[in-house]
Amino acid sequence: MQQEVVLALLAKEPSYGYELRARLGQALGPLGDAINAGQIYVTLGRLEKAGLVSCERSSGLADRPDRKVYELSPAGQQRVADWLTEMSWPKPDLAEFHLKLVAAAAAGLADPISIVDAQRRELLRRLRDAQRAAMAEPDRSDAALLLEGVVLRMQADLRWLEACEQSWIDRKATS
Amino acid sequence: MSTASGTPILSARGLRKEYGKEEGLVRAVDNVDIDVAPGETLAVMGPSGCGKSTLLHLLGGLDRPSGGKVWLDGRRLDQMGERALARMRRQSVGFVFQAFHLMDELTAQENVELPALLAGSSPRSARQRAVDLLEQVGLADRRAFLPSGLSGGQRQRVAIARALSNEPRVVMADEPTGNLDSAAAVDVLRLFDSLHDAGQTLVVVTHNSRIAATADRMIIMRDGAFVDQTRLTGGTSGHLGALIGLEG
Repeated sequence: MQQEVVLALLAKEPSYGYELRARLGQALGPLGDAINAGQIYVTLGRLEKAGLVSCERSSGLADRPDRKVYELSPAGQQRVADWLTEMSWPKPDLAEFHLKLVAAAAAGLADPISIVDAQRRELLRRLRDAQRAAMAEPDRSDAALLLEGVVLRMQADLRWLEACEQSWIDRKATS
Repeated sequence: MSTASGTPILSARGLRKEYGKEEGLVRAVDNVDIDVAPGETLAVMGPSGCGKSTLLHLLGGLDRPSGGKVWLDGRRLDQMGERALARMRRQSVGFVFQAFHLMDELTAQENVELPALLAGSSPRSARQRAVDLLEQVGLADRRAFLPSGLSGGQRQRVAIARALSNEPRVVMADEPTGNLDSAAAVDVLRLFDSLHDAGQTLVVVTHNSRIAATADRMIIMRDGAFVDQTRLTGGTSGHLGALIGLEG
């Protein structure tokens, strides 16, 4: 898991690992189900070694396996502040798919239009899943907003597939 | 009701629609076979001019095929006389169009009452049904509004309520969100989703992938023919979490 994400989860107040997991679950909803709980602890360990997080064992809770309270160090606070103002945006990998179509057509290995069809089938199934998950979330929840982003991106991908379909049909007709 | 099964409520075999002659011959629908199960939502997608709207018109009895057979609710539409066909449309099919097609001089409620009245319902039961349907589409407080006083999304929801007025066997929608902004389109897709859950059979022709994604099954048309069909139910191979790139 990305270190800055875990640091930022910790920015609110010194916390136990399980509290960070709860915050992550709240923000991601069903999209967070696939995240392995152990990842947060692995990342916390790395952050501690890097001096971005300090850790104290709390006493008096002997029955709890999770007794470490984590806190941002000054360097950790600085990293979070920098991260918030950093420009970052997930990169869609369109080139790989595009090159697949170009190569398939050039070598006569496969019909690019049937590759587009297969991709569209898969994307529409994913869109259906994401949309149903979004509709099941309460309005204005953090997770609903994230799912809306996922749905809108898939919709954009599907529109691009339509453009691919049209373009390859036109090329076939004129070749 | 996501698992649709049983005898098809709507079927076609060898369905064709042609325009023009010789050099100018256009095969708008070219030898199509289709079965729609009761309770199923079917989406038809494809490029502009692929014949998907024509197909919908043939299936709903709005237009006559050049060849082939169509069955709705066990009855052959292609062999029916005009009057029987008109009666069949009024009683068994609910249409939703891109441009809403509401009567401008009638209120929302009167628009919704109209098909039930034409199909022979008593004014009292038509009124009650209209009130219930407008509530179902979230417009109970807009009953007395004229279409001109409603937003595009609200007009389309009135049109959907109207399409349901006769308790149709099949609702057919032709680009239902084509004139709507994305928020209003989401209202329509939520509505379609709830109709689907209530067991309504739906055939939707659309460009909007979000609407298509509410369907159980999708058909892609090109040049009047079906080129791809797929079930959308049954989920995907990956986790939802894979969609946001935080896995691993």
